[in-house]
Amino acid sequence: MTVQKLPIAKAINESLRKAMENDPKVLIMGEDVGKLGGVFRVTDGLQKDFGEGRVIDTPLAESGIVGTAIGLALRGYRPVVEIQFDGFVFPAYDQIVTQLAKMHARALGKIKLPVVIRIPYGGGIGAVEHHSESPEALFAHVPGLKVVSPSNASDAYWMMQQAIQSDDPIIYFEPKRRYWDKSEVDTEAIPGPLHKARTVVAGSDLTLVAYGPMVKVCVEAAAAAAEEGKSIEVLDLRSMSPIDFDAVQASVEKTRRLVVVHEAPVFYGAGAEIAARITERSFYHLEAPVLRVGGYHAPYPPARLEEEYLPGLDRVLDAVDRSLAY
Amino acid sequence: MTVESTAARKPRRSSKRTGSSAGKAVADPQLVQLLTPEGQRVEHPDYDVDLTPEELRGLYRDMVLTRRFDAEATALQRQGELGLWASLLGQEAAQIGSGRALRDDDYVFPTYREHGVAWCRGVNPTNLLGMFRGVNHGGWDPNSNNFHLYTIVIGSQTLHATGYAMGVAKDGADSAVIAYFGDGASSQGDVAESFTFSAVYNAPVVFFCQNNQWAISEPTEKQTRVPLYQRAQGYGFPGIRVDGNDVLACLAVTRSALERARRGEGPTLIEAFTYRMGAHTTSDDPTKYRADEEREAWEAKDPILRLKTYLENEGHADEAFFTSLEEESETLGKQVREAVRAMPDPDRMAIFENIYADGHALVDEERAQFAAYQASFADGEGK
Ligand SMILES: Cc1ncc(C[n+]2csc(CCOP(=O)(O)OP(=O)(O)O)c2C)c(N)n1
Repeated sequence: MTVQKLPIAKAINESLRKAMENDPKVLIMGEDVGKLGGVFRVTDGLQKDFGEGRVIDTPLAESGIVGTAIGLALRGYRPVVEIQFDGFVFPAYDQIVTQLAKMHARALGKIKLPVVIRIPYGGGIGAVEHHSESPEALFAHVPGLKVVSPSNASDAYWMMQQAIQSDDPIIYFEPKRRYWDKSEVDTEAIPGPLHKARTVVAGSDLTLVAYGPMVKVCVEAAAAAAEEGKSIEVLDLRSMSPIDFDAVQASVEKTRRLVVVHEAPVFYGAGAEIAARITERSFYHLEAPVLRVGGYHAPYPPARLEEEYLPGLDRVLDAVDRSLAY
Repeated sequence: MTVESTAARKPRRSSKRTGSSAGKAVADPQLVQLLTPEGQRVEHPDYDVDLTPEELRGLYRDMVLTRRFDAEATALQRQGELGLWASLLGQEAAQIGSGRALRDDDYVFPTYREHGVAWCRGVNPTNLLGMFRGVNHGGWDPNSNNFHLYTIVIGSQTLHATGYAMGVAKDGADSAVIAYFGDGASSQGDVAESFTFSAVYNAPVVFFCQNNQWAISEPTEKQTRVPLYQRAQGYGFPGIRVDGNDVLACLAVTRSALERARRGEGPTLIEAFTYRMGAHTTSDDPTKYRADEEREAWEAKDPILRLKTYLENEGHADEAFFTSLEEESETLGKQVREAVRAMPDPDRMAIFENIYADGHALVDEERAQFAAYQASFADGEGK
């Protein structure tokens, strides 16, 4: 059987397993990734099957985890690192930004850094502080890093394969509140390129662009809008660095309206980049300014307020209405 | 000179490393202990406490009420009233012993598990629950009890404590600062850097590491190959291991380290050797990685039971004391339960509060947009 219905967490697990079977240089490193299988069980069972030498429970030191992964990569290994939660990547941010991102260029391309950094990110699970953040723009802004995020199990599976095979450092953001969402995974399909956007819903009146956890919200918004006779196209970006601007442009030139949706704060976020680029590329096609829906310029709030903070169906539909009103 | 002997600031009996005295057993000198798991009072060459029966009963009361509070919070999490709870079960002696060693003007930098220390500081227990219920990210004024906010990012607060202590020294004050962290956190760069800074600047700070043997699923061996207290030596200050389930030893050792800090002699690392009897938090499942026998072995070293045995054997507490404490516990549990249930959800506009001290134009703009958007629902214009 090559087609299975899997939750995202399990799809990543299967993908890691396959990568480890295929290439003895693939290592998994992180806090609690061994016996516990990670706090989200994404690495469940891997240490049992591949041993402590390949699925490595590390000391509780994120800078150490990424810094040593860099060294292992320099020695020919392909480490896949788990950062337990989004808010805990910052002790490692120095290593990621000042070292991991730049080494290939500084070595005139002579060395490669095939390091994958997995980060469960985003809100909606009722967690405490530092467990619900969306720091993707902070990484996408850094030259030398690639940043991706799957929104379904098939992408979770295949994008992980591609990330591990890539010789570049890849920040792989996992939408933690979608971990248990199931969809079909064909483990023998030939996947599209890692950085290509995908049309999830075709439409003609307006384009919604999203990635990771917000794709589902946008698909629901498109369905709700369809009931009111509006035809909304939903594009899953899949990659936040690089961004498949050609796909966004093609969609916008068809629908003439664009709303970008993400959980991260709007200010200086991915939406700002997309709005600016598309305005440059497609100014004369646009019937309305590019609108953005996202988090506020406020710390991610305590759990009891997160539904107010996170873009939901209403906020997306409100933006759709505002765009269509131009 | 061994590390633990450098910790002995009081000259009394400091040369005596082993051997028994006055008929009382001397426990493992590597592990400061004044009360054995069997509730027997023992001597240590370097540390001692002299407490009245009333003071001993006070420590016992603190531990019992802290455990009761903790159990209530765990139950409240199971009932859906809290989103998460980090229990301190088993760590009461480490927290009450060290917490009761503090003076009012000392300053505490906790992690997310220091409920017993908070109790000693007079923080209203309900305040601790706000962040676990998800209504705020802290919710108390750190300066009203000299008890800083809980810190979730592990190890970060050790640097804040060090900087605060550097400020105390600059001000010429004689108070001290204490930073709590776990054995797992000891691996963080921040903790290493706080050791460096505090040593270099001779900061009046006590590092209180509760080695509860586990960092979620990872045993201490995944963090270090030498006993944690020995690390201090490499930084140039004393390190000492204390029986973290012995409230008397924790009190004695912390007091001595705080006094040393007050005298301007710099930092001390205390490793309280204890055990996390429950799960890491209510989201954790220790059956995935931990043997039941281990917990059972540590249950025999329960910090509360051993003090109870001692109090009973010495005739320091009678039945009436235990009964009334039992009633007091129940009252506390009930109060906490009621207070949590009555805790209102925050106003949604709180999202935009206290982001900047001086304000920010973008926040003002977003706040206004948010309010207008919310109002559109109230007017029946929303969906
Ligand atoms: C920088 C950082 N990384 C990871 C985490 C997730 N995390 C929370 S508590 C914990 C284990 C901490 O263990 P330890 O320091 O021994 O303290 P304990 O909880 O056992 O008291 C981990 C990994 C975190 N909070 N901060």
